[in-house]
Amino acid sequence: MLKQTTAIATNRFGFGARPGDATRIGDDYEAWLFDQLGPPMPTEQPGNRPESAAILEQVTELRLARQARQSVANDEPIEVDQDAIREYARFISRSFQSQAASGYTEAITSDAPFRERLVQFWENHFAVSADKQPVGAIAGHYRNEAIRPHVTGNFVELLTSAIKHPAMQLYLDNPQSIGPNSMLGSRANRNRNRQTGLNENLAREILELHTLGVDGGYSQDDVIEFAKSLTGWSVGGTGAGDRIGAMARRLTGSTDAGAPGEFTFRPAVHEPGTKTIFGRRFSEGGVDEAESVLAFLSEQQQTARFLATKLARHFVADQPPAALVDRLADAYLANEGELVPVYRELIRAKESWTDPLAKYKTPQDYLVSTFRAIGTVPNGNSLVGVATQLGQRPLTPGSPAGWPDIADNWNGGDALLKRIEWASEVGINIGDRIDATERLDDVLGETASEATRLGVQRAESGSQAIALLFSAPEFQRR
Amino acid sequence: MDRRKFLNSSATLTLMSPLMNRAFAEATDDARLVLVILRGGLDGMAAAPAYGEGRYRNLRGQLALGEPGSEGGVLKLDGLFGLHPSLTNMHSMYRDGDLAVVHAIASPYRERSHFDGQKVLEAGGVSPSTSNGGWLNRALTALAAESFERDAIALASTVPLVLRGTETVTSWAPSRLPDSDADTLARVRQIYEAADPALAMRLTEALNARDLAGETGMDGMRPGGQQLAPITTAAARFLAAADGPRIAVIEANGWDTHANQGAANGGLAIRLQQLDAGLASFKSELGSNWDKTTVMVVTEFGRTVAVNGTRGTDHGTAGCAFVAGGAVAGGRVIADWPGLAERELFEGRDLAPTLDLRAVFKGVLSEQYGLSARALESSIFPGSEAIEPISLSA
Repeated sequence: MLKQTTAIATNRFGFGARPGDATRIGDDYEAWLFDQLGPPMPTEQPGNRPESAAILEQVTELRLARQARQSVANDEPIEVDQDAIREYARFISRSFQSQAASGYTEAITSDAPFRERLVQFWENHFAVSADKQPVGAIAGHYRNEAIRPHVTGNFVELLTSAIKHPAMQLYLDNPQSIGPNSMLGSRANRNRNRQTGLNENLAREILELHTLGVDGGYSQDDVIEFAKSLTGWSVGGTGAGDRIGAMARRLTGSTDAGAPGEFTFRPAVHEPGTKTIFGRRFSEGGVDEAESVLAFLSEQQQTARFLATKLARHFVADQPPAALVDRLADAYLANEGELVPVYRELIRAKESWTDPLAKYKTPQDYLVSTFRAIGTVPNGNSLVGVATQLGQRPLTPGSPAGWPDIADNWNGGDALLKRIEWASEVGINIGDRIDATERLDDVLGETASEATRLGVQRAESGSQAIALLFSAPEFQRR
Repeated sequence: MDRRKFLNSSATLTLMSPLMNRAFAEATDDARLVLVILRGGLDGMAAAPAYGEGRYRNLRGQLALGEPGSEGGVLKLDGLFGLHPSLTNMHSMYRDGDLAVVHAIASPYRERSHFDGQKVLEAGGVSPSTSNGGWLNRALTALAAESFERDAIALASTVPLVLRGTETVTSWAPSRLPDSDADTLARVRQIYEAADPALAMRLTEALNARDLAGETGMDGMRPGGQQLAPITTAAARFLAAADGPRIAVIEANGWDTHANQGAANGGLAIRLQQLDAGLASFKSELGSNWDKTTVMVVTEFGRTVAVNGTRGTDHGTAGCAFVAGGAVAGGRVIADWPGLAERELFEGRDLAPTLDLRAVFKGVLSEQYGLSARALESSIFPGSEAIEPISLSA
């Protein structure tokens, strides 16, 4: 029988227990959690090309093929060849499916589920969404390349790596943002035949969603100045709608488009001069300038509080206890943005261990916990379908704010009914192979209510017992 | 010609008589109300362009639409305003007197965050930190207090903020999953009732909605992807059912057009076409109930008037809203038009807000349901005393 504390450790800080966790974890659940925080995962080897870069390059080729055939077709409109268009869509969709499935597989099979939850927490903090192309083709690799290596490092490394990743650059339109007084901007404005200028999207979302928070006290002027700093940060190669890169190369006579599909800096579109952001002056610094801004932002008290609030809300309660938020923010500031001391504070906090059912699982974590309890890894394609049905299409939060993190956003009646329907399907599939009563002891243990326990025991069939176990309130919450 | 004067003669800005006639409200006891929330910030200057403004073409650049009558040109409403060429059904509604366009309108929110903007729009307060549920749920409370109990439904798996609060609200969305058997559902409900009353309530609501969906032939319905028509059709069936809800909320994402938004064609044109088709399906599915119906289509903020560096528009302030239905005195543009000169723009970049969305909400709630000014100002939209309701009723 799983003890209450172990149930909380596996459920609240992980994705739910697997059979055998009671003995595997033993009494020292704190040590089990601490051990997952180090040593850091090996980062990518320098010189190794990120997988996202290869995919982006391929996307570019397919897109060029599509455009070529389309323009040929324009002369003879009857002979429109749809193959290239289909091929492009198929490639994006295949890349998306396989990355969505492997994200689930990692969570279902993880021996370090707390660490994996942290990866997902930060992935959601720095959200990109697969409903924008070509982001959909690399959203899963983004997690592995930009987020995963830095979750136990310093926040500034995580922030910088997320913002510079092509997925984020493309998602928030930064490669298209042009400094009005940059070499390209002033030329274009003189000609007046093209409207070019800043795009505020990335700057605004970094301030609002990634660092200071919406109440962090920044102004519209800060957004614009920061957007100027970020001009020139882009994605290399000739792809992803690279009208601006081509113009910059024509203007400078350069042939260097940067490594295809990787972060690159384009001096010809960078807005020159000193920028004042949130009261601090940043002198012209080319590619490094925006990095200095990110470092500055990550040191701010507002950032500490914002991150502390989000972490406490994610792991402890929809309305996070103020005292806990204070302690997490203090740990962040005292350790200059190092994240592990913050996580340790979170684990040690008494607030984390009082109410075993304070949070409502997201559909994704609900599905993952079900598969961990069953002990199987599902087929990737069907998983994407089920997750979408339950209201959380993988890798697709739909906005840079990421998935919402409070119960009200997930516990609608229709959403609940769909979970029960899905639990019934699972019951039909595995009810004759798995003893639901035993499994209840293994994964819910002492947190199961008497009503749930009796309901599962008295079920009319094995499949109904499984349906009741996975519909139980203690299985919906954590 | 003076812009404001021009507008006052061609379009009406009708403020409601403070002496609401209660008998009239009772006659509309059967009223249907739909709120459509467009998330992401609809570009009001694309949906309802002020094509008659001298500066329109210059500011909009590649996003400018052609003159009425030209290919891909705006659909003319009057000498100043038109509709985007995708909105053909809505244009017909306008000509039939069933659609009003409200322009230069915004919630009280004056920053540029989607998420806070949506909070203000839905919570019905003046700042995003207010967290007392949604204004439409508080309207249900006020209606119940006057023994006009109304059921409301969210056409979504989960209830959006505008409908959250103390009143019970249901939710429904099309499903691909096979139904659970009745005995299993009864047992789940028993567990919830004993161990988790909150979940028990959710489940009861969902089962009621599911029953109603079955009665109206929607149990085989499948999700429609980006299309809005399937969901508006479902909303119409719920609203038309004898015991069905009378208030519905629909959400549609995909309006955040920072880059390559297109003009007569392109991404935004497709999305607008989906909205237009959604409203048309809704109307035809409702049948004669359309005459008792008011649909409000709103968004969290408008977008910058000028095209940006990436052939799109950035987060702005005022935009447009649509009010459609047989219960609406349409065929008019309601606006106190601020103009597009740089000094007339909000912070030199956005369409300036001269009307408040709460004026529309308050007007519709008082005219369709007879809610008193007191209820509207004290509980539903606290802090809105200065916002006069706009009369929209036919």
